[in-house]
Amino acid sequence: MQNVKTNLKTSDKLDAKIPAGPIQEKWSNHKNTIRLVNPNNKRKHTVIVVGTGLAGASAAASLAELGYNVKAFCIQDSARRAHSIAAQGGINAAKNYPNDGDSVWRLFYDTVKGGDYRAREANVYRLAEVSNAIIDQCVAQGVPFAREYGGLLSNRSFGGAQLSRTFYARGQTGQQLLLGAYSALSKEVHSGKVEMFAREEMLDLVVIDGKAKGIITRNLVNGKINRHAADAVLLCTGGYGNVYYLSTNAKNSNATAAWRCYKRGAMFGNPSFTQIHPTCIPVSGEYQSKLTLMSESLRNDGRVWVPEKPGDKRAPNDIPENERDYFLERRYPSFGNLVPRDVASRNAKYVCDDGKGVGESGLAVYLDFRDAIKRDGENTIREKYGNLFDMYHKITDENPYKVPMRIFPAVHYTMGGLWVDYNLMSNVPGLFVLGEANFSDHGANRLGASALMQGLADGYFVIPYTLGDYIAGERPEPVSTDHEAFKAVEHENIERIDKLLKSNGTKTVLDYHRHLGKLMWDHVGMSRNKEGLEKAIKEIAALKEDFWENVYVPGEQSTYNKYLEYAFRVVDFMELGELMARDALVREESCGGHFREEYQTEEGEALRDDENFAHVTAWEFAGENKVPERHIENLEFENVKLTQRSYK
Amino acid sequence: MSSEKMKLTLRVWKQKDGASKGRFENYVLEDANPHMSFLEMLDHLNEKLMKEKKEPIEFDHDCREGICGSCNLMINGIAHGPQQKTAACQLHMRHFKDGDLITIEPWRATAFPIIKDLVVNRYALDRIMAAGGYVSVGTNSAPDANAIPIKKRDADLAMDFATCIGCGACVAACPNASASLFTGAKIAQFSLLPQGGPERKRRVVNMVDQMEKEGFGDCSNYAECEAVCPVGISIDAIARMRREYMGAMKG
Repeated sequence: MQNVKTNLKTSDKLDAKIPAGPIQEKWSNHKNTIRLVNPNNKRKHTVIVVGTGLAGASAAASLAELGYNVKAFCIQDSARRAHSIAAQGGINAAKNYPNDGDSVWRLFYDTVKGGDYRAREANVYRLAEVSNAIIDQCVAQGVPFAREYGGLLSNRSFGGAQLSRTFYARGQTGQQLLLGAYSALSKEVHSGKVEMFAREEMLDLVVIDGKAKGIITRNLVNGKINRHAADAVLLCTGGYGNVYYLSTNAKNSNATAAWRCYKRGAMFGNPSFTQIHPTCIPVSGEYQSKLTLMSESLRNDGRVWVPEKPGDKRAPNDIPENERDYFLERRYPSFGNLVPRDVASRNAKYVCDDGKGVGESGLAVYLDFRDAIKRDGENTIREKYGNLFDMYHKITDENPYKVPMRIFPAVHYTMGGLWVDYNLMSNVPGLFVLGEANFSDHGANRLGASALMQGLADGYFVIPYTLGDYIAGERPEPVSTDHEAFKAVEHENIERIDKLLKSNGTKTVLDYHRHLGKLMWDHVGMSRNKEGLEKAIKEIAALKEDFWENVYVPGEQSTYNKYLEYAFRVVDFMELGELMARDALVREESCGGHFREEYQTEEGEALRDDENFAHVTAWEFAGENKVPERHIENLEFENVKLTQRSYK
Repeated sequence: MSSEKMKLTLRVWKQKDGASKGRFENYVLEDANPHMSFLEMLDHLNEKLMKEKKEPIEFDHDCREGICGSCNLMINGIAHGPQQKTAACQLHMRHFKDGDLITIEPWRATAFPIIKDLVVNRYALDRIMAAGGYVSVGTNSAPDANAIPIKKRDADLAMDFATCIGCGACVAACPNASASLFTGAKIAQFSLLPQGGPERKRRVVNMVDQMEKEGFGDCSNYAECEAVCPVGISIDAIARMRREYMGAMKG
C-alpha cells in the first residue's frame, strides 16, 4: 500500500464517500447497503435531467423505467442531436472476447495510468466493472456494432492500448450508442414517464436551504423564461472545450449549466485538465468556425513527419527521405507514432515552434500514408480508413492517397468538471453531475474510447442506484415554483438578458469569443507557464469588462435568437477560462494534458510531483470578481503503483 | 489560397416567426472564400450584418461535421445543396463560382412549421420514433452481448440504415413531403436484427400511423429522398417498411 503524502489536507467540504473494503468489492457492497425507494414512492418524486447525450439520455430512460417522473431538457431541436453523436472511434469494455488477457483489473489499471494518476481509484474501478454490462445493454437495444463472419462482435485496439477491447460501429460509434440511448428515452417519452423539453436551455440552478431544488430555463423558440422544480437535478451537459473557441465540440456545446451551478455553490474540479487531440484537420483561415477530428486510429498506419529544415516550402512529395524528420519515431523509438494523445500533441507543437510546421499557416505536420500504401496496397488502406480519407478530401480538397494529410492538435475533451463524490453527487446536495460534465474518471488525460464508456456507465448503471440512496435518505418534500428562491433566480436571469440586449456596442459576440479562444490557446493550451497564465488571467478580466461595454447583441428576447443564446454562453466561457488559468497556475507540476514548461524532465517530458500534487483541486465560488477558494481532495492510491509514464 | 475572393448574391428566406408572412431578401457578400464551408459563409455574412446593426439570418446548426442532423438548408432548390451525400455543414464554397446567385430556403413541409427564417420545428420526427422506434428492453435486463450471433451481412446492412442522421432532407425533397425514408430506415434496421423481432408488427404499424397523423404524405416512389440523403440511405428502406407493414396486416 502506498499512501501519497502531500502538504495539503483534504477539505472538510469534500467528502468523496468512497465505500470501505477492497476495491473489487466496494461497488457491490455499496449497492447492497445503500437505501432504497419503495416503488410506490418513486412516482412521487420528480427528477430533472439536463442534457440528452449519452449520460443524460441513458439516465433519463433508466430513472423513468424505475418509476421516477423525469423532466428531460436539451438545447437542440431533438434529444438525438447531442454532441455524443459525433464520437467516432469506439467504446471500451473488459469483455476479453478476443482472449488476449483483458480483465476489469487491466481496464482499471490502464485508465488510472493513462490519466497520469490524477483520478480517483474507486470511481475508475467501478467504471471498468460496469463496462461489460454497457455492451450487453446496447446490443439488446439493437445497436449494430461491427461483427465477425461467425456472427459475434468484433474488437479492435485503440488509443495505444495493448489489448483489443474497443467495440465499434464503423466510424460512427458515438452516433449508434446515442441513438440507442435516445431510443430508450423515446420509449419512456411514449410511456409518459419522461416529459421532454427540446430547445429549452437551463440558465440557472435554484438552491433552497442548501439543496438543489430546480432550474430556470429559457425556451429558445419564444424566449419564455420558465421555472421547473424537482427533488433532484442531474447535470449531463458535457464539457467546456468551446472556451477555446476553436475545438472539435459542436457549435452549441457550452458550459453555462455547469458554470451557473458553480456560482450557486458547486465546486469545480481540475478545470485546467483539457485534452488536446493530435489528429485534427488544421485551421484554414480566419473564418474557421470549428475543427474536425480525424480518428486517432489513423496513427496505426500513418507516419508523422515535418521537413528537417525550418521554412522548407517544397511540396511534401518533393522532399527526399533523408530530409524528413519523423519526430515521433525519432524521439519515442518503442511507441513511435502511437504515443498517447498528450505526448503526440505536444511534440507537434514543438516542431512547429521550431519553424518546421507545414501548410500555409505553418501550423501543421504531415500524416503520411505513402509507406502504408506501398506495403499494403491502396485498397487495404481504403477499407480501413476510406470514410476518414473522404472526409479529409471533402474539407481540404486534397487527396490523402496522393499527398500526405496535414494535421494539427485541437481541443477535444475536458477531463475537468464539477466535483462529485462516489455517488456522482456534487457538494450541493441533490445536484448530481454525470458524463463529461463531472471531473471524476479520467484524471489528467483521457484514453481513447473511454468517454462513451463513462457517459453510459454513469447514466445506465450508477445513477439509478445512487439517486435512490439520496431520495430515500432525504425524503424531499415537493417545493412550489412560487417559492421566493425561484422568483429571485429568475429575476437575476431576466435582468442579465435585458442587459445583454440593451448593449449596443460595436463588437460582435464572436469577436470576443475568438479573442478569448486565442488567449486560452496561447497561454492555457498545450504548454503553459507562470508568466503566460498570469497574463491570461489579467487579459481575460479586461476582456470581460470590455464585453459589457462594447458588445452588440441583436434582436429581441421573445423570438428565436441564436446570438442572444451565444452572448449568454460566452460570458460564462470568459469566467470559466479565467478559472482554468488559475487552476493551471497553482498546479506546479506537469501531468497528462497539463504541461507546465517549468516542470519537465531533461528530455522535455511531463514531470509529475506526486509528493505535493496527487490531489484534485476543487474551486469554490467566492463572489463576483473575487479570487475563488481552493480546496483539495487528496487521492489515495492503494492499488496502483505510481510510476513515471515512459514511451521511449 | 485565402486571397481568392468570391462575390455572391444570396437570396434568403426571412420570416419573423410561424405566424408571420415570409419573403425573400437579397444580400450581397463581396468577400466569400472557396475554402469556407457554406455555414461559415453564412456566419461571415451575419457578422457583417451585425456590424451594421442589421438583423442576422437565423439558421440551425450544431456539430458542423455532418452527423448531428441539425442543418437544414434548401440550397438552389436542392436539400443540402449541390454536392451529393454531403450535409450543408460539410459543403464548401469551392462548389460555387464567383458571381453566383444562391437561393437559400428552409425545409418546407406541413409537418415542419417554420420557427424563424431558415429554422424549422422537426419534433414530428421525434414523435414517430416515440411511437415505436426502439426495442423495449429495460436497463440491466440484457443477456450477454455475444449470446445471439447475427450474420455479419445483416449487421452491416442494419448499420447502413442506422446511419440516418434525422435531418429531414428526405421530407423536404419529397413532392409529397413524405417521411417514409426516415421512418423506413429505422424499421429496416430493426427488421434485420433478432432484437427487433418481438415488437416487429406493432412497431411498423404504430410508426407508420404516427407518420400519417403528423401530416407527412405518402410515398409515390419519386426517389428524390435517396438523391438528397446526406448519408446515402437507400430507398430499399421504404420497400422493407412496406413488406413489414403488409406482414403486420396479414396478422
